[in-house]
Amino acid sequence: MSTSPPAVAASALGRAYRDRWALADVYIELAPGRSLLLAGPNGAGKTTLLRLLATAIRPTTGTLSIHGLDARKDPVEARRRLALLSHRGHLYSELSALQNLSTAAAISGREGDLLGLLDRVGLHARAHDAVRTLSAGMRKRLAFARLLLQEPDVVLLDEPYGQLDPAGFGLVDRLIGELQDEGRTLVLSTHLVERGAGILQSGMVLVDGRVTWVGPASGTPAAMAEIA
Amino acid sequence: MGVFAQTLAVFRKDVLLEWRGRSRVSAVVFFSTMTLLLFSFAVGPGREVLSRHAAGYLWLALLLSSVLSLGESFRVETEDEALEGMRLLPVDPRALFFGKASSNFLLLLGLALLLVPGCLVLYSAEIRGSAGLLVASLALGTGGLAAPGTLYAAMTARARGRDVLLPLLLFPLVVPVLLASVKATSLAMTGDPMNQGPSWLGVLVCFDVVYWSLPAILFGRVIED
Repeated sequence: MSTSPPAVAASALGRAYRDRWALADVYIELAPGRSLLLAGPNGAGKTTLLRLLATAIRPTTGTLSIHGLDARKDPVEARRRLALLSHRGHLYSELSALQNLSTAAAISGREGDLLGLLDRVGLHARAHDAVRTLSAGMRKRLAFARLLLQEPDVVLLDEPYGQLDPAGFGLVDRLIGELQDEGRTLVLSTHLVERGAGILQSGMVLVDGRVTWVGPASGTPAAMAEIA
Repeated sequence: MGVFAQTLAVFRKDVLLEWRGRSRVSAVVFFSTMTLLLFSFAVGPGREVLSRHAAGYLWLALLLSSVLSLGESFRVETEDEALEGMRLLPVDPRALFFGKASSNFLLLLGLALLLVPGCLVLYSAEIRGSAGLLVASLALGTGGLAAPGTLYAAMTARARGRDVLLPLLLFPLVVPVLLASVKATSLAMTGDPMNQGPSWLGVLVCFDVVYWSLPAILFGRVIED
């Protein structure tokens, strides 16, 4: 009987900026299809952790594997399996929404129905408008469309509700549900802990770059209330 | 996804960005034209001196303008961390280098071809030698500026004082290219009775081979964390 490797396996993961540790001693093991909620106050290290998992930055200590691939030794292969929705949109403001997607599609070799993808995030009508003319919430939706285009096995979402209106909140909830139904692994950080706890499975609380609590997602709001 | 297909995608994206941000290209053209004008003011009305050194002024204007266009080509990459997005897609660093260097080369070559008529008018210069030698020197010379310029623009994109750092790093490195380009262009303008042009073009080809291959190897280290 063969067992598949964890979708995300991090051991003693840490990142220092000069002599300050932004994150230290993080252990994560997520089976394929599972989801993890990251919570914590500002500066707790949530974004650093997500950027480490995405291989956007290199860890100072520890190991990381994505579906069995050593992300330190072979980040390019690991990147084919994951996608990050960052605070920054990773978008070109002078290009249109459609041109941003078509560039990403051409580079990642995932040509598809790009207008359909924009329709999925409610941006079909603005497909040909330059990104600089879009509101912050619309840019977030476009960044989400870019992430969906990549069809990642591991989805990393950093504050996916940020800058969105109530309709956008519903859209993100629906997309997260669809990603989970498709069997993708999710790691999500948000300050809307109650909302995240309602749709994810596991939870982790970070404070000052250290893990202070791990448990089911439903227990995360109470854990956060304790540190408040 | 192959390196060539990714290179084309990066090139296409950069050309689109230049087209949609035409005001930036216009600013570079305006700056280089102003530089040519300033040289003519600084040297004075002596036609003979101006026409003899026309190739030098042309290449200095191109070199100074290249700093603007190269810096700008990476400003759009860091604006919304688009470069990080490309890395995570993932793009092959060689494709990113070749795509961006090619688009920078295209812009500089276009600028060079635009400046030549201005140079002929302002400095009373003529093309007494071969037009082919002129075009080849412009193409090989701008190629020798674009490739190392792309590498250094990537290196300095996130640095404080990048506007100062880029020329500080780039100018010493491209001195040989500048010398060979000025010489070849000058021979095309003033005449080449000893047929020295091809030798200078050979020197430029050698530098281009080195300048386009080494950065392609180093680019991955430059753009990674």
